[in-house]
Amino acid sequence: MDFLTIIQLLDSTVRLATPLLLACLAGLFSERAGIFDIGLEGKMLMAAFFSAAVAAATGNVWLGLLAGIGSSLLLAGLHGVASITFRGNQLISGVAINFLAAGMTVLIAQDWFQQGGRTPSLIGGGRFTPFDLPFADSLSGVPVLGPVYSELLSGHSILVYIAFLAVPATWWVLFRTRFGLRLRAVGENPAAVDTAGVSVVGLRYAAVMICGLLCGIAGAYLATALQAGFVKDMTAGRGFIALAALIFAKWRPWHAMGACLLFGLLQAIALRFQNIELGGITIPVQAMDALPYVLTVVILAGFVGKAIPPRAGGEPYVKER
Amino acid sequence: MDKMPKWADVVLIPLISLFLAAILSALVILGIGEDPVAAVKLMVDGALGSTYGWGYTLYYATNFMFTGLAVAIAAHAGLFNIGGEGQAMLGGLGVALVCLLIPWPHWTLALLFAALGAGLFGAAWAAVPAYLQAKRGSHIVITTIMFNFIAAAVLNYVLVNLLRPEGSMDPATERFPEAVHLPSLHELLAPIGIEFSKSAPANVSLLVAVGACLFVWLLIWRTPLGYEIRSLGKSEPGARYAGISSVRTIMIAMLISGALAGMMAVNNVMGEAERLVLNATEGAGFIGIAVALMGRNHPFGVFLAAILFGFLYQGGAELALWTSIPRELIVVIQALVILFTGALDNMVRMPLERIFLAMRKGQN
Repeated sequence: MDFLTIIQLLDSTVRLATPLLLACLAGLFSERAGIFDIGLEGKMLMAAFFSAAVAAATGNVWLGLLAGIGSSLLLAGLHGVASITFRGNQLISGVAINFLAAGMTVLIAQDWFQQGGRTPSLIGGGRFTPFDLPFADSLSGVPVLGPVYSELLSGHSILVYIAFLAVPATWWVLFRTRFGLRLRAVGENPAAVDTAGVSVVGLRYAAVMICGLLCGIAGAYLATALQAGFVKDMTAGRGFIALAALIFAKWRPWHAMGACLLFGLLQAIALRFQNIELGGITIPVQAMDALPYVLTVVILAGFVGKAIPPRAGGEPYVKER
Repeated sequence: MDKMPKWADVVLIPLISLFLAAILSALVILGIGEDPVAAVKLMVDGALGSTYGWGYTLYYATNFMFTGLAVAIAAHAGLFNIGGEGQAMLGGLGVALVCLLIPWPHWTLALLFAALGAGLFGAAWAAVPAYLQAKRGSHIVITTIMFNFIAAAVLNYVLVNLLRPEGSMDPATERFPEAVHLPSLHELLAPIGIEFSKSAPANVSLLVAVGACLFVWLLIWRTPLGYEIRSLGKSEPGARYAGISSVRTIMIAMLISGALAGMMAVNNVMGEAERLVLNATEGAGFIGIAVALMGRNHPFGVFLAAILFGFLYQGGAELALWTSIPRELIVVIQALVILFTGALDNMVRMPLERIFLAMRKGQN
C-alpha cells in the first residue's frame, strides 16, 4: 500500500464517518438527557429523502437541507410526544419511527417521482459541491504534508466541516454551559432537576429536537453530498452503527469522533478491498461489516472498560406519585 | 383497585389503537392519490377471497406467530428481544444444515429434527445477549440489535463461501432433497375432501405454530417457570426477594424466545423456499414486535394478531400487484400499529381511565 492509497483510504474514511458522526452526536444529546433513541436510522432516512426530493424539485441544495432537517424534526417531535408527553416506551417508539421512515419514504418517492422508490439523480446546484480550503492547490506540491492538506483535509462538502466542528461545539454545550449541565442532570437524576425548578419536560424536548436537527443534517449529507439522490433504504444501518459508536465512546463527544472515524475506516476498507490478506489468513469482507457490531458488544460486555449509560435513560419521568 | 375493567384493557384499548392506525393508514392511501375503500376491498379479496389468498395469509401468519411469541415471552420477563430477525436467520441455518447433511427417510422425522435444529441455533444466537444482560447488565436491546447485523454478516459469509453449490452465482444453498418436503395445506386437506389451493405456500408448520402458541400459554400461566418469568418481569427486586434467580430466569426466557424465533425457519426455509437464501426472513422478526404488542403478549392475542398481519402482508402484495401502491404500505401500517399499540398506548389509556373512573364515581 503506497502513500497515495493510504491518503485515498483516509479521505473516504472522513466522508463515510461524517454521517455516522452527525447521527452519533444526535444520539449523544438525546441519551444524555435520558431519552433512548434507536430511531436515528429512521430520522436520517426521512431527511435523506426529503432533502433529495426538494433539491431535485428546486435545484437548490440548501432548500433541500432545510426540508431534510424539517422532516427529521417532525419525527423527533413524534418521538418526544410518545416518550416524554405520553411516557411511552422509548425503544418501541424508536422502532416505530424506523419503520415509518422506511415505508413512507418509498411510498412518497413512488408517488412523486414514479422511479421505483428513488428520486431523480441530483445535478448542478442540487448537490453540495466540494469546498476547497485556502491554498489547497498551491500547497499540493509540498511533499507528504501537501497531499494530506489538499487531498485529505480539503475538498469535502461543507457538511463534513460542520460535522467535525459539531464535536467541540457539543463538548462546549454539554460541559461548559448551564444548559448542558442541566441536560446531563436530567439524564442522571430528573427529580433533582425538577426540585431545582427547571422543567424536565422542556429540557428533554430540547435534547430530542437537537437530536432531530443533527439527524437531519446527517440524512441530507447522505443524499445530497455523499451520493447524488435518494435510493430506498439508503441509510443501510448507519443509524445503528452510530448508536454503536455512541456506546463505544461511552457517551462522550471527542471519543464519539474517534469511534466514528474508526467505524468509517472499517467501512472504507470494506468498500475498497473485498478480502484482505493478512499474514496468510484471508479476512472476508463480511468480517469487516460485522466488526463495528462485534466491538460494540465487547465494549457493552464490559471486558474493555464498562460502558455505563446515563442513569435515568429510558425511564419516563413522572412528577407526582 | 383497577382503574379499568379487564375487558377494556384487553379488548377495548387494542381495538381503539388499531382503529387509529387504520384511520391514519387510510389517510396515507388518500395522500398518495388512491381510494382507501377500493384498496381495502382489494386487500380482503386478495388475502381472504380464495383458498389461494388464505394459503398465503396463513403462511405469513405462521412466521409471525413464531416471532410474535418470541417477543411476547421475552416481554413477560421484562426483556425487549428486538433480535428475532437475527435469531430467525440463524434458525434458517440450523434447518438448512439438518436438511442437507442428513438423509431423512420421511418428512415427519425431518420436521422434528429441523425444528430442533432451528430452535437450537436460534437459542444459541440469543444466548450471548441473554448472558450479557443477566451477568454483566449490558442492555439487551442494544446487544440484540448488534446481533441482528452480525447474523446477517455470518449468514452472508456462510452462504457465499461455504454452502453455495459449485458453479452457482446465487448466494443460496442447493435445494433440499425431496424427502424433506413438508406437506402443504393442499396435500393435508385433500384426503379429507377439502379443496385447497395447490400453489399456496401454507404448510404443516402452521400446526407447529399453533402448538407453539399452546405451549407458551401453558408455560407462562400453568408452570412454576412461567410464574418465575412473570414475577421477574413485574418486579426484579420482588422476584429476587421471593428467591427467584434473575440470572437463571433471564437466560431461560431468552433461550426459549430465541428458539421460538429460530423455529420460524421451519416454515419459510423448509416449508416454502426448500433452500436457504439470503434475507429469507424478510423482516418477519421485526413484525413479531408489532404482533406481540397488538396481541398484548398473550398467545391467543399473538395468534389473532399474526393472522391480521398475515392478511396485511398478502393484501399488501395484491395491492402492489394491481395498483400503483408500493408494498411499503404494509411497512407504514406496521409502523402505525407499533406506534399506537406500543409507544402511544398511554394516549388512548389515560382518557379511557378517566372515563371509567368518572363512571364509577357516578354509580357510587
